[in-house]
Amino acid sequence: MRALRITTLAAAAALALAACGGGSDTAAPSASGSASPSAAAFADGSRMKELADAGKIIVGTKFDQPLFGLKGLDGQPEGFDIEIAKLIAKKLGIAEDDIEFVETVSANREPFLQQGKVDMVVATYTINDKRDEVVDFAGPYFEAGQDILVAKGNPKDIKGPDDLTGKKTCSVSGSTPASTIQTKYPQAELVLFDTYTKCRDALGNGQVDAVTTDNVILSGYVDQAPEKYELIGKPFTEEPYGIGIPEGQEEFCDFINETLAEAQESGDYGKAFESTAGEVIKDTPDLPTPPRGCDK
Amino acid sequence: MDAVLDNLDVFLEGFTTTVGLTLLAAVGALILGTLIAAMRVSPVPPLRWLGTLYVQAVRNTPLTVVFTLVVFGLPEVDVIVSFYRFAVIALTLYTAAFVAEAVRSGINSVAAGQAEASRSVGMTFSQTLRLVVLPQAFANIVPPLASVFIALLKNTSIAYAFGVFEGTQAMNRLINDNGGDVIVIIAAAALCYLVLALLSAAAFNRLERLVRPA
Repeated sequence: MRALRITTLAAAAALALAACGGGSDTAAPSASGSASPSAAAFADGSRMKELADAGKIIVGTKFDQPLFGLKGLDGQPEGFDIEIAKLIAKKLGIAEDDIEFVETVSANREPFLQQGKVDMVVATYTINDKRDEVVDFAGPYFEAGQDILVAKGNPKDIKGPDDLTGKKTCSVSGSTPASTIQTKYPQAELVLFDTYTKCRDALGNGQVDAVTTDNVILSGYVDQAPEKYELIGKPFTEEPYGIGIPEGQEEFCDFINETLAEAQESGDYGKAFESTAGEVIKDTPDLPTPPRGCDK
Repeated sequence: MDAVLDNLDVFLEGFTTTVGLTLLAAVGALILGTLIAAMRVSPVPPLRWLGTLYVQAVRNTPLTVVFTLVVFGLPEVDVIVSFYRFAVIALTLYTAAFVAEAVRSGINSVAAGQAEASRSVGMTFSQTLRLVVLPQAFANIVPPLASVFIALLKNTSIAYAFGVFEGTQAMNRLINDNGGDVIVIIAAAALCYLVLALLSAAAFNRLERLVRPA
């Protein structure tokens, strides 16, 4: 309920602003114009109806994740997560300009959903049981895997996670990949920073021997500097990325899954991938099927 | 709550490192800071300039920037040590500037007649400073030094972003593993810092009574 009130307030504020400011004459018509026809398509009282009526959605995403959610100098976040959010918003009848992207980092995704600060989270958000206890997941919309990045030429001869024994292995503090190394490969010497870019730089300086996280993130670094880094290319975990929504919104979850399935069917899913992550990851994946289901 | 109680060992490991960083950097900063304060009151102008330059440059730079310069700058000149040592270096360099100013204020609080009397009985500048001025100065600056070192204790948390498993990184690990108890875990970490800070404050209070019998 609180989320609704905030969204409504924000929408009202946006309309008021649009009414006052002369420059934003496109915002007001698009908000009211696009929301009304599709709002009728949803059942009264459903979460979709609420969002469609508000004509606005707040999406939590990463702002520092190349290929998935990266906020550039122009202030517009871009990446595969952003495209997925746009697909869902479009289906709700919400214009791209009416999506508000809020930065969520690994540590605040659950609190933001629980407190209603965001309507959904699309932020390379790995589905796992612990998280599933406090939030709900639609999807998965992508299947990543943890991989290893090493210096060009692989001087330490690391072929997989078992070769990390005694090697300085870098990841991000409080992340799932770090947790995986701690529990499954404790013989690796784990070094943790707050961002993956620091890990990458430490690898470039020779201060660490390897960087480990999801392959999609590492691919971005190889793309930036192929003369310095190389990817082992043998993912050793399955990281299904889901769309986080507050608990108890089963209908909304089903709606998202249907939207994803339609996007796969129509080719929009593939296009979204090719225009973002696909610039580095050559094989465009299909939507992982079947969805895991929204029943608790 | 269970997320905290079941993982007390993780907290313990992390905050032990926090304490270690604080103690090592405190000793380093006390030595370096006193030297810089001595430079700032020395009769040799270039030393004074150097001391002033150091204090102004370091005190007016964010700690995160100092960390970045140390952790990623020193390897550029082939100085590569463990991330723990890098953290101690960064914290020492940063805190020394604040210690230097506290010590300098203490030196200035010692009546000029003390130094004049020492010089007139034939003591050198360094003897005057070591045997007459600094002992009185330190007695006067226990409260401001306490503030500097409590700030240092909290500043060690920046090391979490630079490859050191200390209290804040322990907190982050638990947050990722226990998405449902985020606030409890953060509160527990805050409590750890609070307890450590209160303990250091108590120690400094005791020290203050010891050095100022009046």
